[in-house]
This record gives sequence, C-alpha cells and structure tokens, in this order.
Amino acid sequence: MIPDRFEYVAPSSVAEAVGLLQRYGAEAKVLAGGHSLIPLMKLRLASPRYLVDINRIRGLAQLQEDDGTLGVGALTRHADLETSELIRSRYPLLADAARVIADPLVRNMGTLAGSLAHADPAGDWGAAMLAVRAQVVATGPRRDRTIPIDEFFVDTFTTTLGPDEIVSEIRVPKPSPRSGGAYLKVERKVGDFAIAAVGTYVVLDEKGACRQVGIGLCNVGATSLRAKRAEETLRGRVPDEKAIADAARAASEECDPASDLRGPAEYKRDLVRVLIGRALRRAVQRAKGGA
Amino acid sequence: MGHRISVTINGTVHEAEVESRLLLVHFLREVLGLTGTHIGCDTTNCGACTVLLQGRAVKSCTVLAVQADGREVMTVEGLARNGQLHPVQEGFFEKHGLQCGFCTPGMMMSAYALLQQNPNPSEGEIRWGISGNLCRCTGYVNIVEAVKYAAEKMRATPAAAELERS
Repeated sequence: MIPDRFEYVAPSSVAEAVGLLQRYGAEAKVLAGGHSLIPLMKLRLASPRYLVDINRIRGLAQLQEDDGTLGVGALTRHADLETSELIRSRYPLLADAARVIADPLVRNMGTLAGSLAHADPAGDWGAAMLAVRAQVVATGPRRDRTIPIDEFFVDTFTTTLGPDEIVSEIRVPKPSPRSGGAYLKVERKVGDFAIAAVGTYVVLDEKGACRQVGIGLCNVGATSLRAKRAEETLRGRVPDEKAIADAARAASEECDPASDLRGPAEYKRDLVRVLIGRALRRAVQRAKGGA
Repeated sequence: MGHRISVTINGTVHEAEVESRLLLVHFLREVLGLTGTHIGCDTTNCGACTVLLQGRAVKSCTVLAVQADGREVMTVEGLARNGQLHPVQEGFFEKHGLQCGFCTPGMMMSAYALLQQNPNPSEGEIRWGISGNLCRCTGYVNIVEAVKYAAEKMRATPAAAELERS
C-alpha cells in the first residue's frame, strides 16, 4: 500500500514548523514517530497534502526533571521511556505503560506526544497521562499554551490543539512522597490495541488514606477517559479491599465501551472492574515502598 | 515532487531521487535491489521488513525513504562480512530457526538489535525482544534457540575476531 501524493517538508526549528502549519492549515499533518499517521496514509484514511516532518528539529527528544515536573519532548520515543532509569525508578505508571505499547519495533519510533495528538481512545498514553494529571505544551504562532490533559481530548481523534499548533512537550508532575502508580493492559496479542487498559495513581497521607487519586481508562469510550467517580469514591479513604472494590465498581459503571471484535461491552466493563482493582492494589503497594 | 536523498546502507552511501511517498522498504527493494528485506503484512504488524535505522530496529514499511536521508540503515545484507555468516545467521542455520524463511531477515535484524543492547539475554528477554516479529512456521522455539546460540557465540568471540570479519 502506498500513500497518496503529498509534499514533504522537514523544518529545522519549531518556529519554522509552526510557520508551515500556519501557511498550510488543515492540509498539513505533523510527522513525529509516524506509526499512527503513516499506516493511516497507506490505507488512504488520511491524505494530507503536506507532511511536516519534525524529526530534523534538534532538542525535542528530552526526558528530564526540572521545576517540579518531568518534561517529555515531542520526539521522545516510547522506547526512550521504556529504557530510562529515571522513569523506571520514579514513574512506575509510565514505565508500566511504555513497555506494553504495541511492540519493540513500533516503540523505537512512536512518541508519547504524537500519541496524545493523535487522540486515539485506544492509545495507552492518553489514559496514563489522565491518571497523572499531565499537561500538554502547545507551541503556536504566539506564545506557548499549557493545556491540562483534562481539557485536551475533545472526541475520537480530536483535541483542543489548534491547526497551527504543535505539541512541543508533555509535562508530568513529579511524584509526591508516598505516591505510587501502575498501568495494566489486557490485549489479545502483542502489538494489538487494548481490550481495556487502566492507569492508576495514588498519593497517601500520613495516616495511609488516599490524599490524591488519578484513574485513566483506555479504549472503553470515545476518548481516553478519566474515571472521576471512581476517583471520588476512593479519595480520603484508606485503600482497603472494600474501598478498592467500590472504586473499581464505579469505574466499570462510568466507562462506555463498545461491543466489537475485541469483546462485548459487558465483558469490557467487567474487565475494567478487575483491572482497576489490581492496578489500585499495585499502586498502593508501590506508594508504601513496595515494587 | 522529487527529493534527492543520500542514505548510508550497510556502510555504503546511496544517492537517489525519490518521491515523498516512497516507503523505505520499497526504496531498499525496488530502487536499490536489496531484496533481503521482505514485505509481509504491509500494515506495521509482522516485522518481516525490519531494518536498523540509526541502530534501532524499525519496520521499514512504516518509514518514508525521505526520513532516512542522511541517516544510516542496516539491512540483512549487512550481517555477513567477507563471505562469513554473522553469528545470528549461523544460529538460525545451526538451530533450524526457520521453516519457510519469510520472517527470517526481519527476525534476524531484531535479534541483532537485541544483542547489541543486551549481549546476554534471558529466554524471556529474547521472546520480548522479538515480540514485534511474527513467525507462522516454527512456534518460535528454535528461533529462541538460534538467538541464544548467537548470543553465546558473540560473547565468546573476541572483539579482534569481529574486526577481522569486517
């Protein structure tokens, strides 16, 4: 399969890339890892007239902590997150998610920022970023705009990103003391999208109750979902089996899966319940210093 | 619109004028005649088209040839040197790591990339490392054996022997 004809441009700075987007508007697409876009172009589901390849821009592949956040660049690949000692030691939810995305070959190209901009509800990073309350830095013709992840996803494949904006960085809050996270996914086989997947993040207070709870859901709705009722169910409570079961039930009720070849909606709802239970237990265990 | 690209493939610089939409795998096979890299599913699933781009294993059906401009690519043709098989190739031969052979070039490139990063992988790490490559014949058992063989051989081969090969 061969994509439709397009003009390829490879700017050397973000400003130049933004200028191209301003000029070409909706006829242009940004190429980062390309592992969603190029397959779509080969299937002719996407036929942009201009492809703006940002891979030649220097300084966009960072992965470092500063000012209370972890900065993940627009060109930081899934594999960079998967193999990073910083991520492994301090961001267990991200480490869990990075290693279950697609397969090792795809992870060598695909990017976190591109995955969010693509806004496929089956993308793992959407759910993970909702759980940790990440922020998306959008660079456009004027100054940078920081978009809370809660305001980023509008609908399937649709975000609040403007046609002349590029996701230049993702910012993840640094982990608080007594915090832990986990990401769990059930897939039919390696490389497939999730039947369902969940990300959980908890911060415990001195008495062991949940001071902060973040829960993101993957592929059980029109967008990546934040399980707000499940979060509220757990917040302020000691995460014992009863509290976790209540939160898991709330998440299974508030998600909105569709029946498809990965399974009936009823099954996916129950899968969410089971995964949330397991992921919350693991997050709490990690918050208490366990592995 | 045509693009003039220059790509270093297996150590040799190749220059060509290509269309934007030309895929790297088609550039390798059809423009350069390097048909060792196979096209399997053509949908980013099977890994038959695996090559190394800047040292990282990627699916060349999902990379544009223009993206490889100024970069280094290694294909299965780059494994053997001076008529001598690479330990990865030797492993697949010795351990019967194939039946039809269609997935083999991609499988070997993933195995090669894995062993560059992790010279002494466990069986689990080998299976993890080749999990982006599908084989419909072997059930993977002998492929894993082949990669183990290659890992041992490469660890036992002093750097000098590696240099001699090149």
